[in-house]
Amino acid sequence: MAEQNRTELEMPPVATVPGRFDAYGGRYVPETLMAALQELEAAYADAQRDPAFASELSYLLHHYAGRPTPLYYASRLTDSMGGAKIYLKREDLLHTGAHKINNCLGQGLLARRMGKRRIIAETGAGQHGVATATVCALLGMECIVYMGQEDMRRQELNVYRMRLLGAEVRSVTAGSATLKDAINEAMRDWVVNVRTTYYLLGSVLGAHPYPTMVRDFQRVISVEARQQILEAEGRLPNAVLACVGGGSNAIGAFYEFIPDKNVRLIGVEAGGRGHELGEHAARFQGGVPGVLQGTYSYVLQDDAGQISNTHSVSAGLDYASVGPEHAALHDSGRAEYVSASDEAALQATVRLARTEGILPALESAHAVAEAIRIAPAMSRNDILLINVSGRGDKDMGILARELKLQGA
Amino acid sequence: MAIQFHHQPGLVVYLTIGDPDIETSRKIALAAIDAGADVLELGVPFSDPLADGPVIQRASERAVRNGTRMEDVLALAGSLRKQRPSIGLVIFSYLNPILRMGLESFAAAAEKSGVDAVLVTDLIAEESEEYCAALKKHHLQPIFLAAPTSPDSRLERIAELSEGFIYAISRVGITGTQQQVAGDARELVTRLRRYTKLPIALGFGISNASHVAVVAEYADAAVVGSAIVALIEQSGADQAPAAVGKFIAELRAPVASESSVS
Repeated sequence: MAEQNRTELEMPPVATVPGRFDAYGGRYVPETLMAALQELEAAYADAQRDPAFASELSYLLHHYAGRPTPLYYASRLTDSMGGAKIYLKREDLLHTGAHKINNCLGQGLLARRMGKRRIIAETGAGQHGVATATVCALLGMECIVYMGQEDMRRQELNVYRMRLLGAEVRSVTAGSATLKDAINEAMRDWVVNVRTTYYLLGSVLGAHPYPTMVRDFQRVISVEARQQILEAEGRLPNAVLACVGGGSNAIGAFYEFIPDKNVRLIGVEAGGRGHELGEHAARFQGGVPGVLQGTYSYVLQDDAGQISNTHSVSAGLDYASVGPEHAALHDSGRAEYVSASDEAALQATVRLARTEGILPALESAHAVAEAIRIAPAMSRNDILLINVSGRGDKDMGILARELKLQGA
Repeated sequence: MAIQFHHQPGLVVYLTIGDPDIETSRKIALAAIDAGADVLELGVPFSDPLADGPVIQRASERAVRNGTRMEDVLALAGSLRKQRPSIGLVIFSYLNPILRMGLESFAAAAEKSGVDAVLVTDLIAEESEEYCAALKKHHLQPIFLAAPTSPDSRLERIAELSEGFIYAISRVGITGTQQQVAGDARELVTRLRRYTKLPIALGFGISNASHVAVVAEYADAAVVGSAIVALIEQSGADQAPAAVGKFIAELRAPVASESSVS
């Protein structure tokens, strides 16, 4: 089993249409960054051809991060709803607590290969920042993480974790002081220090090659999950569900199922607290195609082309655009995108915690919420596979406040 | 229309339009022209100006908050064109506000307003085919940025696509003032000359008369942006037009040759 999975973790082939997912993606950056993006693209292509790179990444994913992660049949959650069987892909069990480590190990090794010793990153919920700080500690690199002030406040524990790991966390106060503003600041740092610095982007966003490269590093989720569900059930699931912020865990969970036309792919965005612009982060409901931070995709914006503020109870989904490959999957109809409200995500967190003893990250809880919504109407022979992208320890402060757990 | 530099070196002045308000921007623009600017870059404010330093970020934020739209910037261009027929007018924008208006609608409206050229900060040569076609159709000149990090192959492409002038970025980084003109700049201009006969305007970090004098040694024009935007911020709406006019007149004044700056 372990040996078999090691083989499965080999690097995927080079993308067929570099940088474009139908109309979406591309490279919309200041000219100063172009040489760096081309250097990165070449270095990544070179790494993909090198068996030693794949083998070291595979070793670390297995022995350091804890892959493969289990696919767990959530029988009590299933029984509590009386519908489809629910399986959980347990990315929450990975080292550092979320799928983000998959990408950080890959890009960290790539940065080392390129001779870059200064790593910068942005973070929303802090999970990518923690994973980046972790990999920088592991590889002995300097690490600077940009984080919106609002996110630093609501994900305080992750700020401490990053600092403990030796990273410098820089507070960003511009705009709504969340993920989008942190990316602006990280990109500015990269423009200034482009000759010495590696930008370790955390999602399937930004200019080519990031959306392709990050997807390749997250693809391991569906490589494992597809094999695991076949072993467990002898058949594929009816649907795969994942939350979508930038969309890295979702694309990782969807990717190997894309050719399986009978498997529905359901991305769950943050419905926030209302339908007005600024009250949610449901890009496929309120957004139109545009360019933000290097890529062409769906963007929440006003009619003058100014980017909207967003809201979600989960910092990791609180972003005005979405990975360009999701935009293509949306337009082609291959994947469906729905949203779950703050309230539904909070209730799903409680339900999963009390039926299964699993506390999901508030981001992942959006996917759980959609499964809870659709499962009861499905047959007991149907199967839903949820990617639990991260664990909820980081959210205890928010949960305590929102669920009024104090003194209970 | 075509961009022309009436001075050596030419002077390109960047303004964030709508900071502090459209009417003041109009007065500042006229003062800048009358003090000797050859070309105005009319900056379209954007919510996420990731290539800009703190000064232009703040100006952009104020102008967005005022509700300044692309249409307002184009209307201002139209009024400047009538009042000062020979000034070079460049729309300076991030891509998204242009896409939201639609490439064709934007280009048609810009032509109608008497705009000469368009520069988009986050649009590189490889992604510019449709954009260049729309501009060409409406007799607008595309201006591209060249950076010290751009290899020769990219400079060649940038030179092929650009019209009017090429904007050479003096240093690796975001917009903002600095003490000296960066050493990167001269080498970049030298490399660019191999591929173009167009005027080369050097920008980023140019903020006083001695900088302009250094630029004059090897480039055709200097772009001054953050220094002026900062002056507007400090002066307030009433004083800003006169302050900008005075500052530009000083940039134009001959300097004692202390051009030992790198």
